[in-house]
Amino acid sequence: MSIRVRYFGSLREKMGRVDDSLAAEDIDTVSDVWKAVSEGQYLPDRILCAVNMDYADPDAPVKDGDEVAFFPPVTGG
Amino acid sequence: MLIELRPTGIDPYSELQRYQTETLGHTGKYGATCSFVGTMRDFNENETVRHMFLDHYPGMTERQLEKIVEEAQTRWCFLDALVIHRVGEILPDQPIVLVAVWSSHRGAAFDACRYIMEELKSRAPFWKKETLKEGERWVEKNTSGY
Repeated sequence: MSIRVRYFGSLREKMGRVDDSLAAEDIDTVSDVWKAVSEGQYLPDRILCAVNMDYADPDAPVKDGDEVAFFPPVTGG
Repeated sequence: MLIELRPTGIDPYSELQRYQTETLGHTGKYGATCSFVGTMRDFNENETVRHMFLDHYPGMTERQLEKIVEEAQTRWCFLDALVIHRVGEILPDQPIVLVAVWSSHRGAAFDACRYIMEELKSRAPFWKKETLKEGERWVEKNTSGY
């Protein structure tokens, strides 16, 4: 098992990849996931987060097998 | 309730008529239908836009749209709702989104349709990338509808 991390919109281009797969060790929250995929950076305020396809706060818990997504403000409609 | 993401063109008025005839039927129960159609412009922020790509998060987008309609159902009494949203490549003058609500009386239809549309704009995970005369750009945020 692992944590799947997905990126959408302009963030996917900035990251240069569509997803990552992380070992769940030392990962407790959404913020921890971001730090692991961004070389320790803090999560920018404007970036939105989801866990298992529901919006989540940066301090929301993450466990092995979860899908975590990061993306910029939405612009549909 | 029908929520659908469509990779090909939408004819919103045919969709409305078909849904009303095939799903709601001639029940004598609805006295009000409120619909909103969002269409792609050929301009945005003082630039000509040639075409646009609509990115989305498969699974989460449908899930968030369902939540929005379910929330509307707890706030207003209406009979049915329809949401169809384009994904993929879109050209100017092509419809992007159709939201329709059927209710017994007009108040619920107007209010629920507006609610669904505004919540969609702020919460449903879609992202627009515009192709301009020169270059491309991601739309950074939606304008307020109020």
